[in-house]
Amino acid sequence: MIRRGFIILALVLFGLVFARLIGAYQEQSVLRPLAEHYVTQGPRELGAANVITGILITYRGFDTLGEVAVLFMVAAGLGLLLRRDGDGPSVSANTPLRPASELVVTGTEVLLPLIFVFGAYVIMHGHLSAGGGFQGGAIVASAVLLLLVTQPLTRLRLDLLSITESFAGVLFVCIGLLGLILAGGFLDSRFLPQGQLGAFFSAGAIPIISILLGIKVGAELSVIIDRFRR
Amino acid sequence: MLDLLILLICTGILASGVLAVCLKDLMAAMISAGLTSLFAAVSYVLLAAPDVAMAEAAIGSGLATFIFLYAIRRTSGGVSTMETGEE
Repeated sequence: MIRRGFIILALVLFGLVFARLIGAYQEQSVLRPLAEHYVTQGPRELGAANVITGILITYRGFDTLGEVAVLFMVAAGLGLLLRRDGDGPSVSANTPLRPASELVVTGTEVLLPLIFVFGAYVIMHGHLSAGGGFQGGAIVASAVLLLLVTQPLTRLRLDLLSITESFAGVLFVCIGLLGLILAGGFLDSRFLPQGQLGAFFSAGAIPIISILLGIKVGAELSVIIDRFRR
Repeated sequence: MLDLLILLICTGILASGVLAVCLKDLMAAMISAGLTSLFAAVSYVLLAAPDVAMAEAAIGSGLATFIFLYAIRRTSGGVSTMETGEE
């Protein structure tokens, strides 16, 4: 009875908080000063046609580094908690494996390269069109997921993935330090020539950081999925 | 027209979210939770935020759903503990 009372009390309090949030909400017709600076000056300062990736990787580069660090800790924690006991995939330990149907296998063979290429495209064109390292890495990892779901006996080279992922992370920080030395601050991408707005080789170090981010996120998410599968 | 579409998508988010909580069959609840993310991704596209939509579609409705799938298989095999009466 007391427990129920507490639940109702908590619900009412949450309702009050949200009601105040919704009540005080008004649609803004102009950008806030900081956002306006990003939108108007961002393309000129960074040379990135896609403002969002410019903000994520340069202005808010430190936050992105924090996100990647969180992801790294998740992967490390999962590695500790879901350690592989025996050798080999124990997928077949509980239930006998049913072979995937012809349709699924063929579909995977057709789709897998396409998804990988699309992921690489999203990673590399982050400074030009929607996307960037994080999104592209997630797309690559979903391709790995498709492979693992349709062919459960596939084994990932976890050691190789971990090394790749660590190297990408170290290089990411190194480029950040280069920005600190050669340009305005940590993770400043302007130490490389800006190039022409909209060209593939442009926007300073943003594409490089984006590619490193994509490799890191893709490898990390693949490792996380592989830890859960078993 | 766009407002109506966004309203429809938001109804979809709410409905699939409520279904994900209420459904007894864990597998169906998992699919419903993935559907919530998918509807959210569509709404982001409609609101002109394709960058966020990509991440939401890939992680929210792709990876997270399948992590639930693996978790369900490892725990009770898709049978709700409420039905069987075990712990």
